[in-house]
Amino acid sequence: MFQFDLFLQAIFSAPLFKGALLTIGLSLCVMGVSLVLGMGLGSVASSPRPAVRWLVTLYVWLFRGAPALLVLLFVWNGLPQISEVFRAGWFTPFVAAFLALSLIQIAYLAEILRSAFAAVGRGQQEGAAALGMHRWQIFVVITMPQALRIAVPALMNEFISLLKTTSLATVISLKELMTVSQFAIATSFRFLEWYGAALVYYLVIVSVLTLAQNRIEHFLARGYR
Amino acid sequence: MNTQMKTAGTSTPDARPAIQVAGVNKWYGGFQVLKGIDLTVNKGQRIVICGPSGSGKSTLIRCMNRLEVHQEGSIIVNGITLTNQLKRIDRVRSDVGMVFQHFNLFPHLTVLENCTVAQRWVRKLPKKQATEIAMTYLERVHIPEKADKYPGQLSGGQQQRVAIARALCMNPSIMLFDEPTSALDPEMVKEVLDTMISLAADGMTMVCVTHEMNFAREVASEVVFMDGGQIIERNRPDILFSAPQHERTKRFLGKLLH
Repeated sequence: MFQFDLFLQAIFSAPLFKGALLTIGLSLCVMGVSLVLGMGLGSVASSPRPAVRWLVTLYVWLFRGAPALLVLLFVWNGLPQISEVFRAGWFTPFVAAFLALSLIQIAYLAEILRSAFAAVGRGQQEGAAALGMHRWQIFVVITMPQALRIAVPALMNEFISLLKTTSLATVISLKELMTVSQFAIATSFRFLEWYGAALVYYLVIVSVLTLAQNRIEHFLARGYR
Repeated sequence: MNTQMKTAGTSTPDARPAIQVAGVNKWYGGFQVLKGIDLTVNKGQRIVICGPSGSGKSTLIRCMNRLEVHQEGSIIVNGITLTNQLKRIDRVRSDVGMVFQHFNLFPHLTVLENCTVAQRWVRKLPKKQATEIAMTYLERVHIPEKADKYPGQLSGGQQQRVAIARALCMNPSIMLFDEPTSALDPEMVKEVLDTMISLAADGMTMVCVTHEMNFAREVASEVVFMDGGQIIERNRPDILFSAPQHERTKRFLGKLLH
């Protein structure tokens, strides 16, 4: 039966805690890079140059279409086959997972941010331009904060989804939450306790994120209440 | 009109016109919105542009600070010919304020921040100085007490007055108004017009697209009537309103005044 003390032990065990830190660290790295690049991609998605629009569409099509598991395996196993560079010591499971998940995440965030940018009215840019502000100033000070307010719920959704997708990196032996749980199970055969402990970690992390989302939304909604 | 020009001439030694529009043509795709527009605005003059919707009046005023690009002809603002050169556009915009029909205030910034943001980023003024300037103009439009509110917490008339203060903070020598009262509830029109009238009294050069004929009568040096992308007729307001020359002007004024 379910052994509660073993469950507690699992929760407070060092490997699971480290695994959780890795999961959080990987998710934060992927999200950070994807936010910046997704914002870049999302803001040029409505570029007057057809070639740029076409490239963005192609990128989004490719990495929204490819399953995360496939991209992970492609990056981890496929890239070393392409070049010597990826056979060196720096190409760890963490780097590979970061690269693969970022490629996918950028595509999703670009789509979300493209529509958010479009939702900020043209009048905002004109109002700022008439005051003599330059394009990048308008982007940073006027358009982006308003677009983020619109996009935050969707972005948080993506972040939570990403956090759970990192568990797929178990197939490239990244020692994140699910991998260490599997390791523990392989020696103890205590499925319920270890899966239960991993579940607690995921739920706690997601709960913290949800609280953070409320705070961020509240902050960005000043002026709209 | 001559007396107007003379007063403008004596108040400013620089005899250059504020805005010179010459032979301007503009197309949206295959549709020509502006057809051979010639218009000179002298310093201190207050020009009111009126005309039916789709006549090109908003497009014309938006060409004056390059929010719209004209394809043919020339627009010279304070001696600077508007081209695609960013430097020229910057210099023109730093001297031309604009007020929009829908205010275009920044909803995520407070009233005070709306008034300081361009001073900080464009003029590179320190926060303290920008705030002082902003408060001066917020007092000028009679809403200093709303400085810490957000635009969404203000009435339409108050928002438009903030928009006027925001433009004035950049110390422009020319103000463009693109239907500034069209989106307002009737009871709020007066407070905005009063602000504009007080600006005019200070000698501000103004170009104003509006259908407020009483405002035109009171402050305009000249009223320009546009239709179909052309300037049909222009004259002093008392003359244009009482004795319009052109059939199209008569029809338009007839509809407006009844």
